[in-house]
Amino acid sequence: MKTRGKTFKYGDNIDTDVIIPARHLNSIDPAELASHCMEDIDKDFVSKVRKGDVIVGGSNFGCGSSREHAPIAIKASGVACVVASSFARIFYRNAINIGLPILECPEAVAAASSGDELEIDLSAGTIRNVTKGADFKAQPYPEFMRSIMDAGGLIEYTRSRLASKGAAAKTAR
Amino acid sequence: MGMTMSQKILAAHAGLASVEAGQLIEARLDLVLGNDITAPVAIREFGRIGVEAVFDRKKIALVPDHFTPNKDIKSAEQCKMMRDFAHRMDIENYFEIGEMGIEHALIPERGLVLPGELVIGADSHTCTYGAAGAFSTGVGSTDMAAAMASGTAWFKVPAAIRVTLEGEMRGWTSGKDLILHLIGLIGVDGALYRSLEFAGPGVATLSMDERFTIANMAIEAGAKNGIFPVDEKTRAWAASVSSRPYTAVEPDADAVYERELRIDLSALTPTVAFPHLPSNTKSIGAAEKLRVDQVVIGSCTNGRIEDLRVAASILRGRRVAKGMRCIVFPATQEIYLAALREGLVEDLVKAGAVVSTPTCGPCLGGHMGILAKGERAIATTNRNFVGRMGHTESEVYLASPAVAAASALAGRLADPEEIMKAPGHGAFTKASTAAGTAAGTATAEREKA
Repeated sequence: MKTRGKTFKYGDNIDTDVIIPARHLNSIDPAELASHCMEDIDKDFVSKVRKGDVIVGGSNFGCGSSREHAPIAIKASGVACVVASSFARIFYRNAINIGLPILECPEAVAAASSGDELEIDLSAGTIRNVTKGADFKAQPYPEFMRSIMDAGGLIEYTRSRLASKGAAAKTAR
Repeated sequence: MGMTMSQKILAAHAGLASVEAGQLIEARLDLVLGNDITAPVAIREFGRIGVEAVFDRKKIALVPDHFTPNKDIKSAEQCKMMRDFAHRMDIENYFEIGEMGIEHALIPERGLVLPGELVIGADSHTCTYGAAGAFSTGVGSTDMAAAMASGTAWFKVPAAIRVTLEGEMRGWTSGKDLILHLIGLIGVDGALYRSLEFAGPGVATLSMDERFTIANMAIEAGAKNGIFPVDEKTRAWAASVSSRPYTAVEPDADAVYERELRIDLSALTPTVAFPHLPSNTKSIGAAEKLRVDQVVIGSCTNGRIEDLRVAASILRGRRVAKGMRCIVFPATQEIYLAALREGLVEDLVKAGAVVSTPTCGPCLGGHMGILAKGERAIATTNRNFVGRMGHTESEVYLASPAVAAASALAGRLADPEEIMKAPGHGAFTKASTAAGTAAGTATAEREKA
């Protein structure tokens, strides 16, 4: 799957409080959450972001609270992928679980500037900075995480696993 | 190859003889936790899995603590969604207002986590229970949903950093100062994806409340979990909260640690984390004595009885500075009651503090103490990110209950040692506040006399 869009670049330690401030956590509606995405660090993000755009962050992206509202808000805002030097572990899990594509690639992060056009091939894990004319390869996903992503997320993965366990139990009887 | 404590707990719950760092496993869970912010998303996702019941109605805990007592209509709707789900699924451990508390103080108090157990919670501070020698870690709502259906979760087995503690803390220095110091030392991603395993002779000098504070903030160094060895204090605590059997775990003698740190507890001083990262720490002596508008004492980090005893011992018989807002949050109803019995609530209120019902409210900028533009707070909470407690141009300084209480009196960031030595102030010691309920009461009575 290939996507192409503009870069929104931020620094290190982008925490989930700035991705979606707690004052908006009285909602679980993805569209409403998206309407406040990044507002405490970049007021213009919501008005400027277009479907297919890319958030590029430094190290420890998504640190802090476990709120899944953060990747939900990013995904619902139309962002096709988050590229970071490294991710905080709960954010990483959440993104995989809900099907928000994320890639770890410090080199691509170092090269990218806000506004750069990025072309990303998610299955190959490649990032092309079209503006700068440079290509990068992200860390590959472990097999197990690929299987969650291929299923469409953890819910779909769990549903099919529990269904096959249930079927096996019935056969055994 | 030897395993760490965390690895042994994970292996046991995955039905494996051994695991190693980096391995992906599926493990059986002893408890799955959620709150009024994260559970609604989990409940929505649970509905998509297509199972009719949760895996075990006794192994799920739902705690409405973040925006409760309901702060607005939308929060009330979220709590209602959670309450309805709890009733529909017959969840045993749903805690309504009146029996609730901040989840990470409440779950151990109710004996819902014991040594050697494996817990996930849709809240990043779920790592708190490592104090009890359990493996516990924060996850998101979708993980919680899948776990409520299957009773299992996937884990990447973490490598570990061993933090060996030596000596004993002095003066007003406490567990909060130790964890702030450690985060300052290794950074907010210094333990990313790793376990922080505490060890060494200094562990025995830490109270259970201090261990909960320390494990609570492991996430602030990026850690997957923070964990303490199980000793006499842990066993006494476990016996006081539950009669369930448990299997305590010790690290193997040849366990592999990726990194080793040593901390001399006697060299620690009261420590403050300046905005906007918990790692931005300074010793109180080196910290600028900035004017402060609000002091918050409480939260899942520092809302336990010892914390309130320390705060009350400093505020007792004095008044908070004119113009200062000092808000105290006992973390659970039981702690609130203990504070009432010991006379701490009276001490705090007489000093000009307000005492709130248990809630996460102000810690995450929810309600009950939001900051205006340009305002500054000293808080015993766990995060000082941009806008964490209110306006994006407000500031949060993280500190211990002793530093927070001293600052409430001074109206500025203050060293408890300096405040308590000032003329007219009696000689208090941390020891007189931490020796248990009886001692706490005795102190209270002595001060009143």
